Amino acid sequence: MDYATLLQILDSTLRLATPLLLACLAGLFSERAGVFDIGLEGKMLMAAMASGTVAALTGSVWLGLGAGVAASLVLAALHGIASITFRGNQLIAGVALNFLSSGITVLVAQRLFGQGGRTPPLTGDGRFNPITLPFADTLAGVPVIGPLYADVISGHPVLVYIALALVPLSWWVLFRTRFGLRLRAVGENPAAVDTAGVSVVGLRYAAVAITGVLCGLAGAYMATALQAGFGREMTAGRGYIALAALIFAKWRPWQALWACLLFGFFQALALRPDVVESVVRVKVPVSFLDALPYVLTVLVLAGFVGKAIPPRAGGEPYVKER
Amino acid sequence: MDRLPKWADVVLVPVISLVLAAFVSALVLLAIGQSPVEAFKVMVDGALGSAYGWGYTLYYTTSFIFTGLAVTMAFHAGLFNIGGEGQAQLGGLGVALVCLSVPWPHWTIALAAATVGAAVFGAAWAAIPAYLQARRGSHIVITTIMFNYIAAALIVYLLVDVLRPAGQMDPATARFPAGAKLPTLDLIPGFNLVFTKAVPANITLFIALFMAWVVWALLWRTRLGYQIRAFGKSEAAARYAGIKPVRITIVAMLISGGLAGMMSINNVMGEAERLLQNSSEGAGFIGIAVALMGRNHPFGVVLAAVLFGFLYQGGAELGLWTSIPIELRIVVQGLVILFTGALDQMVRMMLTWAFRMTRMGAA
Repeated sequence: MDYATLLQILDSTLRLATPLLLACLAGLFSERAGVFDIGLEGKMLMAAMASGTVAALTGSVWLGLGAGVAASLVLAALHGIASITFRGNQLIAGVALNFLSSGITVLVAQRLFGQGGRTPPLTGDGRFNPITLPFADTLAGVPVIGPLYADVISGHPVLVYIALALVPLSWWVLFRTRFGLRLRAVGENPAAVDTAGVSVVGLRYAAVAITGVLCGLAGAYMATALQAGFGREMTAGRGYIALAALIFAKWRPWQALWACLLFGFFQALALRPDVVESVVRVKVPVSFLDALPYVLTVLVLAGFVGKAIPPRAGGEPYVKER
Repeated sequence: MDRLPKWADVVLVPVISLVLAAFVSALVLLAIGQSPVEAFKVMVDGALGSAYGWGYTLYYTTSFIFTGLAVTMAFHAGLFNIGGEGQAQLGGLGVALVCLSVPWPHWTIALAAATVGAAVFGAAWAAIPAYLQARRGSHIVITTIMFNYIAAALIVYLLVDVLRPAGQMDPATARFPAGAKLPTLDLIPGFNLVFTKAVPANITLFIALFMAWVVWALLWRTRLGYQIRAFGKSEAAARYAGIKPVRITIVAMLISGGLAGMMSINNVMGEAERLLQNSSEGAGFIGIAVALMGRNHPFGVVLAAVLFGFLYQGGAELGLWTSIPIELRIVVQGLVILFTGALDQMVRMMLTWAFRMTRMGAA
C-alpha cells in the first residue's frame, strides 16, 4: 500500500467517523445523565429523512439541517416523556423509537416523492459541499505533511469540523461547568442532586435534548453531506456502533473521538477490499469486511480493553422518596 | 398510589395500549393522506376474510409465537434479547444443513432432525452474547444487536461462496429433498375441509403451540423456571438464595436463542424449502412487540402473535391493493412496543385515575 492509498483511506475514515462521533457524543450526554439511549439510530434516521426532504424541497441545506435537528428533538422528547416522566423502560423506549423511525421515514418519503422511500438527489446548495482549509493548496507541495493536510484534513463539509470541535466543547461542558457537574451527578447519584435542590427531571430532559440536537446533526450529515439525499435505512446500524464506541471510550469525550476514528477506519477498510487483500495477501470475502466493524465491536465489548463501568444510575428512572 | 385490580392490569392495560397504538397509526395514515377506515377494511378482508387469508395470517403467527417466546424467556431472566433476528437466521442455516444432509425418507423424521438443528444453531448464536454478559459484563443488548449484523453477513457469505449449488445464480441453497416437505394445513385431513387452496401455514403451527405450553411449564412448574424468574426479579436476592447468575444467564439465553432458531422450521422448511438471504424477514424483532403485548406470558404471546399475524398479512395486502407502503407494519410495531413496553406506566396511571373517579362517583 502506497502513501496515496493510505491518505485516501484516512480521508474516508474521517468522513465515515463523523456521523459516529456526533451520535457518540449525543449518547455521551444522555448516558452521563443516567438515561440509556439505544434510540440514537432512530433519531439519526429521522433527522436524515427530515433534512433530506426539506433540503430537496427548499434547496437550502441549512433549512434541511434545522428540520433534521427538529425531527430528532421530537423523538428525543418522546424518549424523555417515556423514560423520565413516566419512568418506563429506557431500552424498550429506544427500540420502539427505532422501529417508529424506520417505518415513518419510508412512509413520508414515499408520500412526498414517490421514489420508493428515497428523497430526490441533492445538488448545489441543497447539500454541504467540501470546504478547503486555508493554505491547503500552498502546502500541498510539502512532502509527507502537505498531502496529509490537503487531502485528509482539508476538503470536508463543515459538519466534519463542527463534529471535531464538539469534542473539546463537550469535555469543557461536562467537566468544567456547573451544569456538567450536575449532569454527571444525576447519572451517578440522582438522590444527592435532588437533596441539593436541583431538579433531576429538568437536568435529564436537558441532557436528552442535547442528545436530540447532536443526533439531528449526525442524521443531517448522513443525508446532506456524506450522501446526496435520504435512502431507506441509510444509517445502517451506525447508531449502535456509536453506542459501542461510547462504551469503548468509557463515557469520555476525547476517548470517544479516538474510538469513533477507529470504527470509522474499519468502515473505510470495508469499502476497499482491494487494499485489504494486498496487505493480508489472502482473498477476503466482502461479507467478512462488512461484518468487521461489528465483530471488532464485540471483541472490544468483550473486555479486551479493560472494564467499562457505566454511570451508576444509568438505566434507572429516578423515584423521589416520600 | 392506589393499586389497580389484577384483572385490569392483565387485560385492560394491554388492550388500552393497543387502542392507543391503533389510534396513532390512524393519525399517521391521515397525515399521509390515506383513509384509516379503508385501510383497516383491506387488512381485515385480506387477513381474516377468507380461509386463504387465515392461511397466511396463521403462517406469520407461527413464526411470531416462536420469536415472542424467545424474548419472553429472556425477559423473565431480566435479559433483553434483541438478537432474535440473527438467532432465527442461524436457525435457518441449521434447518438447511439438516435438510440437505441426507435424502429424508419421511417428513416426520426430517422435521424432528431439523427442529433439533434449528434449536442448536439458534442457541449457539445466543451463546456468545450470553457468555459475554455473564462473564465479562458486556451489555447483552449491544452484543445481540451486533450479532444480528454479523449473522446477516455470515449467511450472505455462506450462500454466495459455500452453499450455493454450481450453476445457480441467486444466492440460496439447493432446494430441500421431497422427503423434507412439511404438510401445509390444506394437506392435513380435517383442516383441508377449511383450507381448500394451498396456504403456507403448516404443521409447525402445532409445534409452536406446544412450545408455548412447554415454556409455560418450564417457567412456572420447574425448579429451573423458578430460578430464572427469581434471578430476573432480583439478582442480589437470587444470588443470596444460592442461584448461580452465570449459569442462569447462559441457560436462559440458550433456551431463548433455541426458540428463536426454531421459527426457521416454519419459514425455511415449511415455506421457502431452501435457505434464502434474510430468511427471517424481521420476525425476530416482532418477537419483542409480541412478548410485550402478551405481557410475557406464553398464553398472551400466542394471542399477540395472532394479532401480529393479522397485522403482517393485512399489511402485505395493503402493499398489494393500496398505495400505502408496507412499512406501515413497522410503524404499528414501533407504536405497540412504545405503548406496551415504555409508556405502560402512563396507561396504568390513566386507569388508576379512571378507577378512582368511578369509585368516587359511586360513593
